[in-house]
Order: sequence, then structure tokens, then C-alpha cells
Amino acid sequence: MMVPIPYYIILSAILFTLGAVGFLVRRNAILIFMSVELMLNAANLAFIAFARYFNRLEGQVLVFFVLTVAAAEVAIGLALIVVIFRTKHSIDVDQVSTLSG
Amino acid sequence: MDAVLDYAFLAILFPIIGLLLNAFLGDRWRERGVAWVACLASGAALVVSLLVFAALLGRPPEARLVERTLYPWISAGALQVPFALRLDPLSVTMMLVVTGVGTIIHIYAVGYMHGDPRFQRFFVYMNLFLASMLVLVMGNNYLVLFIGWELVGLCSYLLIGFWFEDLSKAAAARKAFVVNRIGDFGFLLGLFLLFVTFGTLEFGPIFEMAEQSATVVLAGLTLPMRDVVTIITLLLFVGAVGKSAQIPLYVWLPDAMAGPTPVSALIHAATMVTAGVYMVTRSAVLYEMAPLSSGLVAWVGALTALLAATIAVGQFDIKRVLAYSTISQLGFMMAAVGLGGYTAGMFHLVTHAFFKALLFLAAGSVIHGLQHGMHASAASQGAEAFPASASPLPPPDPHDPQDMRNMGGLRERQPLTFWTYTIGALALAGLPPLAGFFSKDEILADALERNPAIWLVLTVAAFFTAFYMGRQLWLIFFGRPRTEAAAHAEESGPVMTIPLILLALGSVVAGLINFPGPHPFADFIRHHAAPFNPTVALTSTVLALIALGLAYRIYRDRLRATTDPDPLLQTARGLFVGAYNAWYVDRSYHRVFVQGFYALAAFLARPVEAGVIDGTVNGVARLVRRTAGQLRRLQTGYVRQYALAVMVGVVAIVAWFLLSA
Repeated sequence: MMVPIPYYIILSAILFTLGAVGFLVRRNAILIFMSVELMLNAANLAFIAFARYFNRLEGQVLVFFVLTVAAAEVAIGLALIVVIFRTKHSIDVDQVSTLSG
Repeated sequence: MDAVLDYAFLAILFPIIGLLLNAFLGDRWRERGVAWVACLASGAALVVSLLVFAALLGRPPEARLVERTLYPWISAGALQVPFALRLDPLSVTMMLVVTGVGTIIHIYAVGYMHGDPRFQRFFVYMNLFLASMLVLVMGNNYLVLFIGWELVGLCSYLLIGFWFEDLSKAAAARKAFVVNRIGDFGFLLGLFLLFVTFGTLEFGPIFEMAEQSATVVLAGLTLPMRDVVTIITLLLFVGAVGKSAQIPLYVWLPDAMAGPTPVSALIHAATMVTAGVYMVTRSAVLYEMAPLSSGLVAWVGALTALLAATIAVGQFDIKRVLAYSTISQLGFMMAAVGLGGYTAGMFHLVTHAFFKALLFLAAGSVIHGLQHGMHASAASQGAEAFPASASPLPPPDPHDPQDMRNMGGLRERQPLTFWTYTIGALALAGLPPLAGFFSKDEILADALERNPAIWLVLTVAAFFTAFYMGRQLWLIFFGRPRTEAAAHAEESGPVMTIPLILLALGSVVAGLINFPGPHPFADFIRHHAAPFNPTVALTSTVLALIALGLAYRIYRDRLRATTDPDPLLQTARGLFVGAYNAWYVDRSYHRVFVQGFYALAAFLARPVEAGVIDGTVNGVARLVRRTAGQLRRLQTGYVRQYALAVMVGVVAIVAWFLLSA
């Protein structure tokens, strides 16, 4: 028995909203990162669901791309966080506002 | 013999080779090497011209027109301009004058420029001029003519300002250049109109089409060919007015005497300034179709002849007298070609090239001699002190070797110069049997036949011509030396006197080329020649003799010291002061045009440039800066605010898509 597609979509939407809200309200860089991952995985879930529903492969392939990009992004992002922590002794993103106009 | 015609381009090439050799290798040679290269280049061009002349003579008269295309120069759509040469009697006449007189002057310049630190550069320019002038007269279309026209203008500028350390000479060069640009502006417009009208710039097809078609379609309008040709010829004449120093653009030529004397002789008397006359003669077909234009040419020429002749009477600078005389004689030529006397005009061009070059070179010899005298006398007694004079004119500068008041009695010091100068002066005055007599009388005979009013003006101008030449002869060569310098003046060396003798011979015999009766020159260039008119000849000869006698009576032994006022000041004070100041024409031009231009420039600089243009530019900059100052507040640096903005944006876009779908 197949789980109907709307369930997946709703779950994906909830996950994405959690991620987006978390990204906007959190100040801790690590948690912001985790929110970003949440949004990416919400998208992945939607991809897989639609791929299965339409019986096509493109969605599944795209998920691999997203996973790869996410991994690269984490690598760079964590490196940045480490550097920021070394100079500011904090990972509060609101502390890093010196590029204001 | 006809094979020579294929190699006519060598006449242009030889001077170019000469100038390249001198420009790139000349600094390794001494003066002697540079002089040999330059003179040989010029002489080779003369030989080519003579051969071409002989080849043309060997053909039947109606076949004396040969065109040789060197290469297709401009090929752009409808505009097809070949770099082609046209060899016909007219261009060969000009080639012979340019290279013949040019070679003699090159030789003379070797002596005149001896010791000049820029000797090499001088001869590079001279060869460049020769090549350019040959391009001008040999081209088979108006564009090649125009290229030569501009190149000789450039050479003229470079050579007038040759001693550019003297700011007044640099200014004279600039003036010549600027005034000529005014003329060239008209000339260019004429070229454009020619091309639009005929679709080509070549002489042959243009003349054929102009004669055959009665109407022309321009910008959708069908216009009568005569009217279009009238406008074209008027525009071309504007160029001739500038180049040939006619009213109102003649003011550059007297100042052009700032250049070395051989330059004055070659460029500003014998060849370049006659380019306008050549151009009108070349366009004879067009001018004959446009009576309005040719009438204007004739009147401008006649009035220029008279005006310049009167000014020459009031000048003290030996070269300025000759400069105004040149303007006046160019006026004679213009009047002749304007009246349709193309033979007479070209004939006078040829003879004038001989005797005016002779006069200039002899004047150069006088100046040279006087400079020697100044060195000699300065060693013995130092600067002379002059008492103040009561004359309304400024006293002569005692160190000016060109002021005729500093001369006198040079007949004994410089006999060769004296005799050649006298021959030139009498030829210019138009005494038989010298060259000037034949050519000037042909112009006068033409004028009497076609327009007696112009004949009268020209006859009066001829009277003044004889008078100022007589005055000049008396002031320079007769009486007693008025300065130590004149007393110690020396005759110039053979490099300078032999060219004088050659040119003097030319001034005597050049009249034979169009001896009344057979008129060989008229047959050669295939234009009509006025029959010899004994009344005209007698009138003008008698008038010339009277004028010379008058000059003798007025000036004989009257100037004893340099500060003595000119005798004419007592008899005709106002007129003489007016002539001395060139009828204030130059000054009014300065007041109206130069100062008017400065005023306009000041207006454009202050209110327009500083106010309007700078205001606009600064205003735009200020606007950008103020807007940016407001906008930068948006950039807080808080990443989460940016993220929120992105979020809101995405939601808005998605919402718009959903709602509009």
C-alpha cells in the first residue's frame, strides 16, 4: 500500500517551514546551519516523492546533487565558522555585521 | 618616346627618395651631402618633367592627354578614386615651372642656408614640398589635387615657422595655416557637392557630364546643371581665395615672409600660391558654364591686384613689398582666368614664377649682404644710436637687415645682385622686351576685350606696380649707404648669384613662349589667346615708364639717413600712413574675428562650460551620491535580515505566480 503523495508534500512543507523559521530566528551559526540542512532535506523529500509518483528518475538524480552540494557547503561553512570564532570569540551571526553599508 | 609617359610618376618619386634619404641618413653627412641629395632629387624631377614635355610635344595636339593609374586608391561603394596622373599641356606646364624654378631655388638655398643648425631639416621640407606640389598638379581627380593642396599647405606652415624660436615667426606660420583652413573648408564642400552631383571626382568624366546633361537630380530635386555648377565653382573658388591669397583671405601671405627667403621665393611667390589659378584653369569647363562664378573670380582678382599694389607702396620691409606685389600679381592672374583668358593667366603664372622668384632670391642676397655688413660694422663701432624722428611711423630697427631704410647705395657693393634685381623689377613693371611685358599685356588685352572696367582697375594696379618697384630700386640700390652695414655689405657667393643669373635669363626670355602672333603657348595649352593689342601695350608701357620716372623724381637722393621720413609722407600723408598700415585690414580682422573669437571662447568657457556643462555633470554626480547615501542604510550587515528579505521576496513571487495563474 502506497502512502499518498499529499502526506509527503505536507511533511516536506512542515520541515521546510521549520528550517526557514529556525534560520530567521536563531543567532547561533551552528543552529543556522542545521536549519539550512533541514530546508535542503525538505526539498529532497519533495524530489523523491514526486520522482516516485511520476515514475521518473530525474528527481532522484537531483537529490544526489543536492546532497553533494550540501556536503561541500558544510565543509566551507564550518571552516568559516571556525575562522569567525577565532577572531570574534563568538559564533553569534549578529556580531558579524561589519560589512554594513 | 611615349614610354616616358609611363614613368611620369618618377617626378614625384625622386623628391620623395631625396627627402627620405636626407631625413634618415642626412645627419651622418655634412651639409654638402645633404645639399647634393636634395638638389639632385629636384634636378631629377626636372629631367623627368622635361622628358614628359618632349613626349607630349611628339604627339599630335589632340592626343596630348595621357592618364596613368598608379593604383586604385579609394574603393568604397560608389566612391572610386584612383591614384592616377593626368599628363596634359596644363599639368606639364605646371610641372616644368615647379621643378625648374624649384631646382634653381634649391641650389640657391644651399648658399643661403649655409651654417643653419637645421640645414638638413630645411632640405627635407623643400623636397617634401616639391613632391606635394607635383601631386597637386599631376593628379587626375579633385581628391588627389586636394591631397597635394593640403600637403603644400603643411609644407608652407613648416617652412614659414622654420625659425620657430622667434615667436612672431611661429605665429605667422599658424596664421597662414588657420587662414588657409577657412579656404579649404569651402574647397571641401565643393568636393562633396562635385561627388554628389557627378558620382566621380575625376576631371575628364566630370567635365564631360557637366557639358552634356542639362539637369541633375539632387536629393530628389531636379535642378538645372548650370545652377549646381555655379555653386560648385563658387565653393572651389573659396579654396582658391585662401591658397592664392585673394581678398578677403590674403592677410596670411605678407606674414608668411617670416620664412627663409628661398621659401618665400619657391612657395609664396612662384608655385604654391599659384595653385588657385591652376585649379580654376583646370576647372575651366565648369567656370565657363557659370558666368556668375567667373565674374566673381575676375572682380576679386582685379580688386586684389589694385589693393595689394597700393599697400606695397607704403611698405619698408624689402620682402613685404614683394609679398604684396605677389598678391597683386596673383590678382592679375585670377582676373585673367575669371575673364576666360586662361592662356593669359597661365602665361603670367609662368613668367611671374621667373621674375618673382628672381626678385625674392635677389632680396635674399641683399639681406645676406647686409647681415655681413652688420657683423663687419658692429666689430668696428658697435650699435648705432638714432635720434627720435618726427614721423608718424615707427623708426626702423637699426638691426633689421630687411628694412629698406637701412640700405641705400648697394649698387656698388653688390653689382650682380643689383643688375639681376633690376631685370626682375623691370620685368615685373612690364617693360618690353622682358617677360612681364608680354604676359601682363595679354591679360590687359583680354580684359579690354571682355570687360573694360576690369581693364581700368588692372591698368591702375599696373601703374602702382611700376611705381613701387621703382621706389624699391631707389631705396635699396641708389643714393648713398644710409648705414654702416650697407656701406660694408658684401656680394653673395656664386652658389647664390648663379641661380640669380639663370632666373634673370628666364625673366628676359620667358615672354617668348607666347610671343604675340604665333602664340605657341596658347596653341600648346589649347586655350584662346587675345590678339596683340598695340594700344594696350603702348598705354601700359608708357604708364610704367611714367611711374618709374615718378619714383625717380620722388625718391632720388631724398632719403639720406635712416630716420628721414619717406618723401611720400609730405605729399600724401594720410594715404601713405594708410598704405603703411595695409589699410588697417589686418587690424580690423584682428578686432572683429580674433577678438570676437576670444570673446566667444570666454563666453563658452565661463557661463556655458563652467555653468551649464559642469553644472549638469556635477549635478548628476551629486544625485547619485545622495541616492546612494539613502540606499546604503538598507545594508545593515545582519545576515538574518537579508535572509528575511529573500524569504519575503520568494513568498511574494510565488504568491504572484499562483494568483495570476
